[in-house]
Amino acid sequence: MKKFKYIIIGNSAGAIGGVQGIRKVDQASEILIITSEPWETYSRPLISYWLQGKVKREKMHYRDPSFYKENNCRIRYNTSVEKINPQDQTMALADGEIIGYEKLLVATGSIPFVPPIKGLPKNLKESKSIFTFTTLADAIGVKKGLTNDARVVILGAGLIGLKAAEAMVNQCQSVTVVDLADRVLPSVLEDKSSDIVKKHLETQAVDFMLETSITEIRDKEVLLSNGKSLPYEILILAVGTKPQCTLIQEARGDIGRGIVTDHHQETTLKNIYAAGDCTQSLDISSETQKNLAILPNAFLQGEVAGMNMAGEEAVYDQAFPLNSVGFMGLYILSAGTYDGVAYETQTPEQYKKIFIKDNVLKGYIIIGDCMRGGIYTDLIREQTDLSTIDLKMLITSPQIMAFNQSSRKEKLAQSH
Amino acid sequence: MAINFIHPEFEIIREEKRCIKCRACERQCANEVHSYDQEFDCMESDESKCVDCQRCVSLCPTRALKIRKTDNRYRENANWQQQAMEEIFRQADTGGVLLSSMGTPKDYPNYWDKILINASQVTNPPIDPLREPMETKVFLGKKLNKLEFDENGELLSEIPPQIELEMPIMFSAMSYGSISENAHKSLARAATELGTCYNTGEGGLNQDLYKYGANTIVQVASGRFGVHKDYLNAGAAIEIKMGQGAKPGIGGHLPGRKILEKVSRTRMIPVGVDAISPAPHHDIYSIEDLRQLIFSLKEATNYEKPVIVKIAAVHNVAAIASGIARSGADIIAIDGFRGGTGAAPTRIRDNVGIPIELALAAVDQRLRDEKIRNDVSIVIGGSIRSSADVVKAIALGADAVYIGTAALLALGCHLCRTCHTGKCNWGIATQREDLVKRLNPDIGAKRLANLVSAWNHEIMEMMGGMGINSIEALKGNRLMLRGIGMSAKELEIFGISHAGE
Amino acid sequence: MKRVYVNEEWCLGCHLCEIQCAFANSGEADMVKAFNNSEQKPLARITVEDGENDIHFAVSCRHCETPYCVKGCITGALTVNENGIVQIDDTRCVGCRTCILMCPYGCLTVGHNKTLLKCELCVENLGGEPSCVRRCPNNAIVFEDRDGGLL
Repeated sequence: MKKFKYIIIGNSAGAIGGVQGIRKVDQASEILIITSEPWETYSRPLISYWLQGKVKREKMHYRDPSFYKENNCRIRYNTSVEKINPQDQTMALADGEIIGYEKLLVATGSIPFVPPIKGLPKNLKESKSIFTFTTLADAIGVKKGLTNDARVVILGAGLIGLKAAEAMVNQCQSVTVVDLADRVLPSVLEDKSSDIVKKHLETQAVDFMLETSITEIRDKEVLLSNGKSLPYEILILAVGTKPQCTLIQEARGDIGRGIVTDHHQETTLKNIYAAGDCTQSLDISSETQKNLAILPNAFLQGEVAGMNMAGEEAVYDQAFPLNSVGFMGLYILSAGTYDGVAYETQTPEQYKKIFIKDNVLKGYIIIGDCMRGGIYTDLIREQTDLSTIDLKMLITSPQIMAFNQSSRKEKLAQSH
Repeated sequence: MAINFIHPEFEIIREEKRCIKCRACERQCANEVHSYDQEFDCMESDESKCVDCQRCVSLCPTRALKIRKTDNRYRENANWQQQAMEEIFRQADTGGVLLSSMGTPKDYPNYWDKILINASQVTNPPIDPLREPMETKVFLGKKLNKLEFDENGELLSEIPPQIELEMPIMFSAMSYGSISENAHKSLARAATELGTCYNTGEGGLNQDLYKYGANTIVQVASGRFGVHKDYLNAGAAIEIKMGQGAKPGIGGHLPGRKILEKVSRTRMIPVGVDAISPAPHHDIYSIEDLRQLIFSLKEATNYEKPVIVKIAAVHNVAAIASGIARSGADIIAIDGFRGGTGAAPTRIRDNVGIPIELALAAVDQRLRDEKIRNDVSIVIGGSIRSSADVVKAIALGADAVYIGTAALLALGCHLCRTCHTGKCNWGIATQREDLVKRLNPDIGAKRLANLVSAWNHEIMEMMGGMGINSIEALKGNRLMLRGIGMSAKELEIFGISHAGE
Repeated sequence: MKRVYVNEEWCLGCHLCEIQCAFANSGEADMVKAFNNSEQKPLARITVEDGENDIHFAVSCRHCETPYCVKGCITGALTVNENGIVQIDDTRCVGCRTCILMCPYGCLTVGHNKTLLKCELCVENLGGEPSCVRRCPNNAIVFEDRDGGLL
């Protein structure tokens, strides 16, 4: 039986973070990466950019192709792990091979949630017209079916659905987004901000049918809850994702809204760590456990997991929702929780709403001119006490000037 | 006043092709000359506000700016020249005394430029200062005519207190209030680095600067602002200011708007109240009265500090100096009429007093004649512009010189001569915080130290050329000087021969 | 490592650092050409904040020990080079602005081509050394190694 000091299951942001974390501490030991996909690491958010034609395939690499060699990583493509056995620290691969690990990082990500709709084909992967939209394989499939006269129906007005809409709207006859919710990006935005985004997308020829669901999928046509039907050549199912935690669950590790870890990213199973979309994180802005399926979170968790795996204590305890997304020139930053007293401002260039509770910035939404928004993000991240900060300035715009003199000096004149 | 008689003195020439509209000129002009026109996307200027301080010209990153004198002219008149007419217009407008700053710009004879320095050839060969020792150190204070020793060779005579300077150049009195805190810091730090002294002027000593005390001369003037026991003991010497070259016979007036919190604390006067230094010291009406003040100060400082008496160069300066030498002063400082000022009535500045060159020659000669030259050191100031002026001054009999204007130039001053407005764009003659911060003492101190050490190198070079390796041997060595284009009377006063003689 | 540090005590708010930064990164050898001869004015990677009571200071990339921008970058376009400098590969940047969302100092911006614009300490441009530092008229911006401790 082959045995590795480090094994990472997965090959995306959490896994790459894991490699970089390990390499901060241990530059020598080989790392085995196991991925069910056939490709070198690529940026999943870029699939919509690729579909849109804005990014070439070779620019989709999340890391340079030399990354694996430089970091002494062995990689096994097209390989699934069947089972993890935490007792003897081994795992079984789909082809039956058993390999051993000393430290294991599970970065299996999330999988699309496919709702049970009447008429949904049994094997979605073989469909030439119905797709989910989270992997490069999905995007390749969509692209094959995408023609200038294609009518596209997207179920789900979340980030994935709208990015898919943006990618396709100029390459097909029509795009219609259907969602049960009464607004777009329901998990990211509120009423007014949603409305701004919706109106913007409508001016770019994306159609919406909100408060509507698909009741039945037929060949080339979906039936809607309002009794109408929509013809389609391409149907995208983008109602959400769910963490991929089967391996840990079957090995009897704790699962909440994802794989449960401590702040070293270690699961409840010894020597097994988890990072990324498959995990549950404590959202510091709401103090609740959440599945934060966002890329920066995945990388940061992976890095901390890697460092701990290699023997150096590191802690990740600053998770909170974060989103930066743009749709056809309209940019949206959002972070944290929309709880507390809201301060809302609107100018022709920008809509902004920030939320303050117990003298701490809890969350914000900026649409339009989003320069310097990270200053707000950091206040959430550090849970900074706002009593020493000029609130009026802060609400006007994110600026270092809002801090008092000693904080400014700490930020800009001192080493860090 | 419906009609403004006075045409702007300057024109702002902005080369539109080069201007990138970065607006640095606008942000840096405290006089608000420049502005940006959004509609036309171009910079505008209101030249009526321009004082030609050159701040914008210096900061313009594309060198798109220059300022020139307007060529608008009143009708030619050799007698009623434009400036005379404008001053009349101004006074007719305001009814006020005309105020000016810095030294007189009038074209009076400058005798430094009529004096040439000797050099050795063949005999008494020159000395290369890079290869051989060259001493520019000076001690200022009363020198004993005779030293007494006991049988073991131990010195019995008590040496009067001295100021020890690495070079014969000091920074002259400029008060905190007339110049900014950062200008003072620059001077203090440069003096310390150079091993020379700066002078507080009549503004007291800012608490932050006590640490530079060993290189500080503390001044006591007619207003007695900021004077207390710790202050007197903080410095290397005490200077009693009787007069100032730019405005002999009158006092000083620091307007209340320059008396901000820190200046007020340092001067020990209320915030916002005009600081008026009377024309006379009200307790001094004779040499005897002066002697009393000198000894009061010596008493307060345990006879450890030399006392300087500073006077303006006026007609009978030699007699006055003789009196001062007999009053117990250790050092006489004489300020010539071209000396600078933060503010002076224009008529006084431009018409009262005499050139320092003549005053120095007369004083040195008088003290020698009276055999009291060793009782005092002589320091002169009032438009020392270069190391050559320093060498000439020392050969005429000075022990050291004060530089004020030259020091301010090193700090960025462009002699726009509007100190009295308090809006110095270079952060020197202002108390406005946004302007004061423009002078970073790290830069200021470095520039001052650069200037003075460069001069010191040049002084050594010239001394070496004369075959002199010690500043002491140059002092009063008038044989090293020749006059050029001077009258017989002038040569007589200088005690030098004409070139060619 | 040597970083750009600012001292608001000496910052005059003249904004010349922005001009010099934009020029140094413009690719033009002449400032007038850079600003007046091109279709779009070159953009600065340093920003001066102007506050009340004449407080001013410049903000540019801190090249953080923990560079959230790099960690959050969705494409891998942001990297830390061997000298600790956070660099952007604009051929890989898609302008998603996640880095702007992540940066605690608000010192990242977006260029005319919609990709990230950030201070790279002038290592590869015409400046050669940080132009903002070299051209600051009052030493309010310095380039120093302060990792040993506070100044």
